Amino acid sequence: MPEGIERMEDLSPRDKERLTQTGLEVGMKNRSGSFFQVDQEIRQIAALEEGIEVLSIQEALAKYRWLEDYSWKLVKKEKDQYTRFVADQPDPRGFVVIAKKGSRTVFPLQTCLFLAKTPVQHVHNIIIAEEGAELHLISGCASASYTKTGSHIGVSEFYVGRNARITTTMIHNWGDEISVFPRSAARVEENGVFLSNYVCMQPVRKIQMSPVADLAGKNSVARFSSIVVCTSGSHMDLGSVAQLSAEGASAELVTRAITTGGTIISRGMIEGKTRHTKGHIECKGLILKDGIIHAIPEIKGDVVDTELSHEAAVGKIAKDEIEYLMSRGLDEEVATSTIIRGFLDVKIAGLPESLQNQIDAAIDSAEKSGF
Amino acid sequence: MLKIEDLHVKIGEREVLHDINLHIKEGETHVLMGPNGSGKTTLLRAIMGFGGLDVTEGQIIFKGRDVTRLPIQERAKLGMGMLFQRPPTIAGLKLGKLLAVTSGDRAGMVTEYSRFLHMDTFMDRAINLGFSGGEIKRSEVLQLMVQQPDFVMLDEPESGVDLENISLIGTAIARLLEKDVHIVNRKKSGLVITHTGYILDYLDADYGHVMCDGAFRCHGNPREILRVIKTSGYKECLACQKV
Repeated sequence: MPEGIERMEDLSPRDKERLTQTGLEVGMKNRSGSFFQVDQEIRQIAALEEGIEVLSIQEALAKYRWLEDYSWKLVKKEKDQYTRFVADQPDPRGFVVIAKKGSRTVFPLQTCLFLAKTPVQHVHNIIIAEEGAELHLISGCASASYTKTGSHIGVSEFYVGRNARITTTMIHNWGDEISVFPRSAARVEENGVFLSNYVCMQPVRKIQMSPVADLAGKNSVARFSSIVVCTSGSHMDLGSVAQLSAEGASAELVTRAITTGGTIISRGMIEGKTRHTKGHIECKGLILKDGIIHAIPEIKGDVVDTELSHEAAVGKIAKDEIEYLMSRGLDEEVATSTIIRGFLDVKIAGLPESLQNQIDAAIDSAEKSGF
Repeated sequence: MLKIEDLHVKIGEREVLHDINLHIKEGETHVLMGPNGSGKTTLLRAIMGFGGLDVTEGQIIFKGRDVTRLPIQERAKLGMGMLFQRPPTIAGLKLGKLLAVTSGDRAGMVTEYSRFLHMDTFMDRAINLGFSGGEIKRSEVLQLMVQQPDFVMLDEPESGVDLENISLIGTAIARLLEKDVHIVNRKKSGLVITHTGYILDYLDADYGHVMCDGAFRCHGNPREILRVIKTSGYKECLACQKV
């Protein structure tokens, strides 16, 4: 474990920059709270707004007995080898965020999981938005500039209460020999909204995840959006699952995937289990250099009156679009990157401006490095 | 402004333009007519430098410079511009963003021109996505007004446009071609493809050309040519012995 890193400010300028690229505010400006874990050491916990509580998972489980009812309930311990690994840890790490009933934070709460020296970083997080609460999370996960290998396993359980809303935006900035296995699930109650955004534009050896949202309450909503650029040598197996379990529930899974030589498997599954439910999967992929984009959208309807659809398209940038922009005076390279930028530009409804700005900044940074 | 000499163009193995000669001087507007599939759009695309076409013989001289092998954007930077009959839809690229990129130091004009063309509410819309026929053409003209080319090629600017929009588009194109400037001082030139001739009510074209099967059949007064085509169709042009 690196010595002397007590706060994000203590990181080297290069590593601070890596965190900034994941949307984190090292100085915690315009943030409602912050959690900073380096390897297995929790370095910084701060709740800056009323109605928000941020605790380490150990503290939280000791403080609130009722939390047992939320721990390992959405993600099962025995789900796979990674969840078993996290569950078997005698000394669990990670955070618990509780947005109290009716609280509304303007600024996002940031959580930073930083992999420096440990071979495996593991966390178990529980995020609760109580009735009517609104919580915005930005999770920046990064490895140190000098860290070449390692694994990150993160279990996250999201509870979206009645009339509550959680938006979570995860931006990854790993190294090309680092493997990442997030295991997330959400339960959304009546009129609750869960927006989950994932952005990864930097190399990673392997990432595999498929968060599940159970839309358990009437008129609940889930929207998963993924924006990824997969470089040569990276393997991204990304999915999301929505279960429409209550009347009026709706889900949308949107993916924009670009490969510049790596492999992307884009999975999506929506299951309409109840009447008056709606779901749509949209996956668009661009192959800029020989690589693989394998889109596997699945929809399953169990009852009459569930409306499910999907569209997937994988291809290259249309030449006529490039030439059209060139005829307006744009150089071929600029025309191409303008089109790619537009391709990735998914405006996510309901996302606070500051989080959208972070996503835009991640795309800008990828654009500068020529995708 | 533009001089085309003995131009031959192939698409694949097939020659589609044969021995084209055309001279458009500064301030002149020429009209290109001809049946569907005769090669009019291909000529415009060859002048602009689009891919998929192979210039096998001849030269395209623009402002005294041989541009035959120049890439599209270089021709655009030299002052060529084109209104597309059916431009592509670019999902994700907003009209306002493109105009911001192409306007350069003329950024101030964007607001004025977009209001003039009733496109000011389209700045946050993806280019041509869900646009009506008239909106597509207004977007095209707006892009050209911001680009300010010296030589404008217009591929059927009135097709798919209702009468009200034709008036607006016609007026805008007339401005683009400096029709309000005295002929002696007029610098802008144009080459317009039209089937109906409606656009000519706004443009006062100087010369007309008829193209059939990839070759020019006739040159002359554009209104006179149009009158003949309207009464007798292109068969008169094909049968014409004056060629």
